[in-house]
Amino acid sequence: MAGSGCSAGSTATASRGPDAISIGFTAEPANLDFTHTDGAAIPQALLYNVYQGLVRLDQHGKIQPLLAESWTLSQDRTVYDFHLRAGVRFSNGAPFTAEDVRFSVERVRTDWTISLKSAMDVVDHVEVVSPTRARVVLSRPSNNWLFAMAGRLGAMFSPTGVADLANTPVGTGPYQVVQHTRGDSIVLAANPGYWGPPPTYTTVVLKYFKDATALTNALLSNGIDVISAVTTPEQVPRLEHDTRFQVIQGTTTGEVVLAFNNARPPLHDVRVRQALTYAIDRRALLDVVWAGRGTLIGSMVPPTDPWYEDLSGAYPHDPDRARALLAEAGQTGLTLRLRVPNLPYAVSAAQVVKSDLGRVGVGVDIEPLDFPAVWLKQVFTDHDYDLSIIQHVENRDITTFGNPRYYWGYDNPEVARLLAEADQGSEAEQVEDMRRVARTLSDDAAADWLFLLPNVVAAKKRVTGLAVNQVGDSFDLTALGRAAG
Amino acid sequence: MLFQLTRRLLILLASLAVASVLVFGFMAVLPGDPAQVALGVNATPELLARTRHEFGLDRPLVVRYLDWIGGLLTGDFGRSYVTGERIGPSLVDRYGVTLWLVGAGMLVAVLIAVPAGVLAAVRHRRISGAVISGLSQLGVAVPGFLAGIVLVQVFAVSLGLVPSGGWTPPVVDPVEFLLGLILPALSLGLVQGAVLTRYVRSAVLDVLREDYIRTARAKGLTPFRALLRHGLRNAAVPVVTVLGLQLTTLLVGAVVVERVFVIPGLGSLLLDAVGNRDLLVVQDVVMVLVLTVLLVNFLVDVLYAVLNPRLRQVG
Repeated sequence: MAGSGCSAGSTATASRGPDAISIGFTAEPANLDFTHTDGAAIPQALLYNVYQGLVRLDQHGKIQPLLAESWTLSQDRTVYDFHLRAGVRFSNGAPFTAEDVRFSVERVRTDWTISLKSAMDVVDHVEVVSPTRARVVLSRPSNNWLFAMAGRLGAMFSPTGVADLANTPVGTGPYQVVQHTRGDSIVLAANPGYWGPPPTYTTVVLKYFKDATALTNALLSNGIDVISAVTTPEQVPRLEHDTRFQVIQGTTTGEVVLAFNNARPPLHDVRVRQALTYAIDRRALLDVVWAGRGTLIGSMVPPTDPWYEDLSGAYPHDPDRARALLAEAGQTGLTLRLRVPNLPYAVSAAQVVKSDLGRVGVGVDIEPLDFPAVWLKQVFTDHDYDLSIIQHVENRDITTFGNPRYYWGYDNPEVARLLAEADQGSEAEQVEDMRRVARTLSDDAAADWLFLLPNVVAAKKRVTGLAVNQVGDSFDLTALGRAAG
Repeated sequence: MLFQLTRRLLILLASLAVASVLVFGFMAVLPGDPAQVALGVNATPELLARTRHEFGLDRPLVVRYLDWIGGLLTGDFGRSYVTGERIGPSLVDRYGVTLWLVGAGMLVAVLIAVPAGVLAAVRHRRISGAVISGLSQLGVAVPGFLAGIVLVQVFAVSLGLVPSGGWTPPVVDPVEFLLGLILPALSLGLVQGAVLTRYVRSAVLDVLREDYIRTARAKGLTPFRALLRHGLRNAAVPVVTVLGLQLTTLLVGAVVVERVFVIPGLGSLLLDAVGNRDLLVVQDVVMVLVLTVLLVNFLVDVLYAVLNPRLRQVG
């Protein structure tokens, strides 16, 4: 209240005025078209902020209405009837109707090229019942479909607004893109025709930093107002002790996984995989790699999924047991190739893994690979590895264990069957099936889930409404507010 | 003179041709598939094959090389694999940014080195001269990025006087532009200034021992005035050569400094492009850098002849 105008003395403010906010990110979008370009950076900037879907994912992982006020599901779970919000317009002025729902959903199959689009294959057709009622008919029941609709695949486009998606996105959201300076920033301005409550900040600058230290320095020197995700744990205490800032910590969907090549000896033997899992002290590893922040999970499920169970106690640190299992499997004098991306967390985790495995008599050769290019080619595509460490960021990527050709090389028909059944079943059946999948993966030691990356957001104290957990595709700006004073 | 120039030009063109083959060759043997990096982890084999075809990566190397060179000769830099946009315009933008940076760094270096070097030479037997020499020795030992990190901590983070990074184009806001340029220019220029100081000092010292300076002093001029009137032009010859060489160092230094200060210049474009296996962008940026360095060396040779008439006659 009395504090207005007190920020004099600093010339280095990037966000001018109380109605502007500037947020620092590390991954920059190559362009603004997520229908053709994969990667997390574009939907992070645009989804919910510029584009909206019929439904959205809240920060607790629950599906909430957005452009659909409500929906009903038929008895056989194949027909979704969406009741659309009236009076919604795209930022180019075109009204949003059920025709746009049909256009957008069908367009995924015809025009999108990113491979995620296969999640829409289950759509049989879309009917326009009335301007505010759209009916989507699936060829079989699918829970994953509605979930996918809460992400970028569900974004609603207008036929009048898809001419230049890479540069000029047209959506129904509270913001529109007014400037994109490659290598630097994206500027969003409030969409004056927005159907909902106008956002607190009329200008949002998304600033991109290749270097994590430069990102922290920008906040410390008043160049930005928010760090979307702190990636360097050693800088967190400094931010926490600074009275100008708040540090919010929650969970992400980024499992840092020690991948086993299940398809190849010696790791095709479950006893060897279990031995390695017993041999690694994950709590100590987390302390070294991420300063003890983050969560031990024990399977491919983050706490924000409805079927989460804490399985982190399944393989307590037990080197004797590891040695016994290795002896039982007839593996002595084993040496494994740990091929990791040359990213800080992976290289640092690799050192701990090597030292832990060394203690049970397993030699480890660490090979850092240029990321993404070389790692993608040699480990991910050619499966040329014994062990690898990488963060799997996408939500509900537990389904990758149902694909025997995925780089895990994990082939378990029961898991594939349970995943398919979970997709088609009721909500309760889905939860039950997914729990069984997670437990089976843990029992099989299909991988070693080292830890779940924390979501650490640092911001000036006046900024409110920042999401605690990062669960979906979007960095949601709509709830941001400003504390009084 | 004309013969010399033609010879120099031919050498320049030959160097360019060799550089183009080298950079193309290195990119061709670099492990990693550009199509896969562009498409990400979920790409299907069919999509990968189609994208490789779109990028022209399924053609023989010779064809790809000739296609690239042919494009460059007609001013077509090709399209980025990652953004799908024409490379030419962004190259021009980024080049402008890097030139500002290098120019400002050079200016800082010269502003430091000329007075400090001359002073150190004129007073080389006194304490002040020795102090300057000592400081420049220290400065030579500091890498540019370290200077950058320290400058940011002190002037941006602790004192809040200038931004810790970022880039504002001069047409958008000249004040922000200048404020943002200070730290990167200093981190590039301080180190180069220290290096240059030592060259200026020894060039001036050499000149001070020349007969014509002694004659000028005998006519009653102070050492400083004698130097000003008769010596500086001669001292400039070796200094200009070093400046030309330093420009190369500054360009390389800019790659790192752009990273530290989040500046969208050629350096950050190059680093991103290497990581993303955006091969055409890498090749184009490297060729632009090579051309710049060769041109500067060429100009230095010309300038050398202008500054030193004796060199003009030598064949």
